[in-house]
Amino acid sequence: MDRRKSLKLIFTGAVAAPIAIAGCKTDDKKTGTAKTDDPTFNLDRNPDEVKYEKGLLAQEKFFTDHELATITILADIIIPKDDVSGSASEAKVPAFIEFIVKDMPNHQVPMKGGLRWLDIQCLKRYEKTFKDCNQQQQIELVDMIAYPKKAKPEMSQGAIFFSLMRDLTASGFYTSEIGVKDLGYAGNKVNQWNGVPHEVLQQYKMAYTEKELKECVSFKKTDG
Amino acid sequence: MGDLQLKKQPKKYDAVIVGSGAGGGMAAYMLANAGLKVCIIEAGYMYDPQKNITQLKNPWDSPRRGASTKLRPFGDFDACYGGWSLEGEPFTKETGTDWAWWRARMLGGRTNHWGRISLRFGPKDFKRKSIDGLGDDWPIGYEDVKPYYDKVDKLIGIFGTNEGLENDPDGFFLKPPKPRLHELFIKNAATQAGVKVIPSRLSILTEPIKNDAGRGACFFCGQCNRNCSMAKADFSSPNALIYPAMKTGNIDVVANAMAREVLTNNEGLATGVSYISKEDMMEYQVEGKVVIVAASACESARLLLNSKSQRHPNGLANSSDVVGKYLHDSTGAALGGILPQLFDRKRYNEDGVGGMHIYSPWWLDNKKLDFPRGYHVEYWGGQSQPSYGFSWGIENLNGKYVVKGKQKEGGGYGASLKEDYRYFYGCGVGMAGRGEAIPIESNNCSIDPNVVDKFGIPVLKFNVKWTEHEIKQAKHMKETFKEVMHNMGAVITWGGDDDEKNQWGLAKPGEIIHEAGTVRMGNDAKKSALNKWSQAHDCKNLFCVDGGQFVSQADKNITWTILALSMRASEYIIDEMKKQNL
Repeated sequence: MDRRKSLKLIFTGAVAAPIAIAGCKTDDKKTGTAKTDDPTFNLDRNPDEVKYEKGLLAQEKFFTDHELATITILADIIIPKDDVSGSASEAKVPAFIEFIVKDMPNHQVPMKGGLRWLDIQCLKRYEKTFKDCNQQQQIELVDMIAYPKKAKPEMSQGAIFFSLMRDLTASGFYTSEIGVKDLGYAGNKVNQWNGVPHEVLQQYKMAYTEKELKECVSFKKTDG
Repeated sequence: MGDLQLKKQPKKYDAVIVGSGAGGGMAAYMLANAGLKVCIIEAGYMYDPQKNITQLKNPWDSPRRGASTKLRPFGDFDACYGGWSLEGEPFTKETGTDWAWWRARMLGGRTNHWGRISLRFGPKDFKRKSIDGLGDDWPIGYEDVKPYYDKVDKLIGIFGTNEGLENDPDGFFLKPPKPRLHELFIKNAATQAGVKVIPSRLSILTEPIKNDAGRGACFFCGQCNRNCSMAKADFSSPNALIYPAMKTGNIDVVANAMAREVLTNNEGLATGVSYISKEDMMEYQVEGKVVIVAASACESARLLLNSKSQRHPNGLANSSDVVGKYLHDSTGAALGGILPQLFDRKRYNEDGVGGMHIYSPWWLDNKKLDFPRGYHVEYWGGQSQPSYGFSWGIENLNGKYVVKGKQKEGGGYGASLKEDYRYFYGCGVGMAGRGEAIPIESNNCSIDPNVVDKFGIPVLKFNVKWTEHEIKQAKHMKETFKEVMHNMGAVITWGGDDDEKNQWGLAKPGEIIHEAGTVRMGNDAKKSALNKWSQAHDCKNLFCVDGGQFVSQADKNITWTILALSMRASEYIIDEMKKQNL
């Protein structure tokens, strides 16, 4: 098959491909209990997974409104809007964290407990919970726990919590559309791999050998 | 529970195949195309790569951003259903031993997500006992399998290069992709350490091939583990074998069907398979002139051991008592880190094919080493699609390096932290060894007398331990990898602290998912279950065409050899049927 033709077929295939699997739809019909919070799956799910995902979504909210507001403030301190991209909350990181603690229950106690630890620290220092502290106070507290090696021993639990919060925020943000664009990840699309770009090879003083150039698959620059 | 019934399928088949992965898929393809009527019994779900799609999805299409679940342990986009533990399907282990058992439960099995690393065994790999006195020789040699490797290369497609290596034979290769940037660094560093590096050999169509399966060429999304729904450019049993073969009209697939026993008659010949349907929990029997087991090395052994009858009191094909024994997996050890030269790197699409573009076949002579068998090395790194766990633990990284002219404190937040994430993205690099273990009788699985699964089928009890041979090999892997990392100025961030206390980071047996040896072939019917045609010594119309039949598994991933041996056995079956010997 001609490569251009096959690429065209690939494109059509990708667009025309059915998205949801049949299993999920028939299930709804059978039980007649389709709810608005039914997951719509944009990727393949087997019947066991459909059952599991529905169970997750049927759970009550894990975080209280107060906790979620605190998470939102923290996430935006960790990933604020800058001149390259938006903030964690713009990328819906708080909703991701709400989901992931249900999916990974091992995060539940460290997150819930860490949030309460933070509020108690703030109550002692500022007589307000973290959420109701002013920005200066919030940053003052965050500075005490954002650098694990520098954190005072009595703040060590807070430093552990903040590192988890940073990791979850980064996971949520850099896997969002905004975050992937920020990173500049350029793949996940139909491509013709033609080797490392010339200017990059030069930057690192690298070159392909004659053998590699001869034996490897290559594409004309005008393609794609 | 409703009334339990035993139902007999009215249709009589030429062949009943248990399992639909590489071995079962190839047998079905060969037999159906020869005009035989085939029934495939598959324990897992029906699956169609053209409908069940995870390829080209974005990370945000998964609510858990690609993280794994118990139901999809290799991540939310991975194409394989199954897992390390299945609900209601336990297995047990002898005290003080370890075994990790991956069980795929879907049409095509683990071929839907495997690494596509497709390595022929070499002439030495079939005759190891003659070389080092350990294990056993195969009843066949490279020259017996070569014609089938050739046919598999052409039918399914593989890229690589002919290097003229003695024990890593040449084949019919499509052109390989050019190395990625980190692979160029690795190549130089490994070469400096005396480690040979050549283009990898993966069953991915970098160029179109003539085929009857509607398979196109690779478009370099790097997602072979999601199975190539869009172009069918990588090998999976459904895309390349089963769906194309179904076009003959000669194949019926019974999915969600857990095989219980291979049925035999008074003469001791196989007559079919009994199974439980997970859909209605009823018991069924399906008849075939030939029964082919290809349920994975351990499931095939379990099925045979559970198929007891008056003529086969020790289980089917087991008068030798070897079924379940000589179980062995590839060895594995890995480490990884970062390559500071790649900090703040230019962005471009380097997805490439799904897997490494270069690898290292075994390059040393074991006679000069303190362990008997070799290993090959796989490499990875670079700019991949971000997923759950992205840059996890950055506080351990961003305080150690000067970022854009500034020395920072580890951790942090804000615009400065965002700069760090960008700065370190794509600098990861790592490597893993996959080595040959010695198959020994005491490493085995057997039927646990005390435990059944939810279908009432007696389960396997594993009894496997690594020996000094494998542990010393893992030590050598780690030493080699450290030298390669050092040579390119990489910093090891994990896997570098192993020692004898943790067997040098050697993966648990089973974890590499290359289990083999449990239904081995041989010329001596007292020491082997199958003859050299993958045919049971004790039962001429019973065959095993998965990893079970392997006498030893070389330092090569076993799929290409499973395909070649299944093709060879299938031709033999067709031929014997024509001669009315079956």
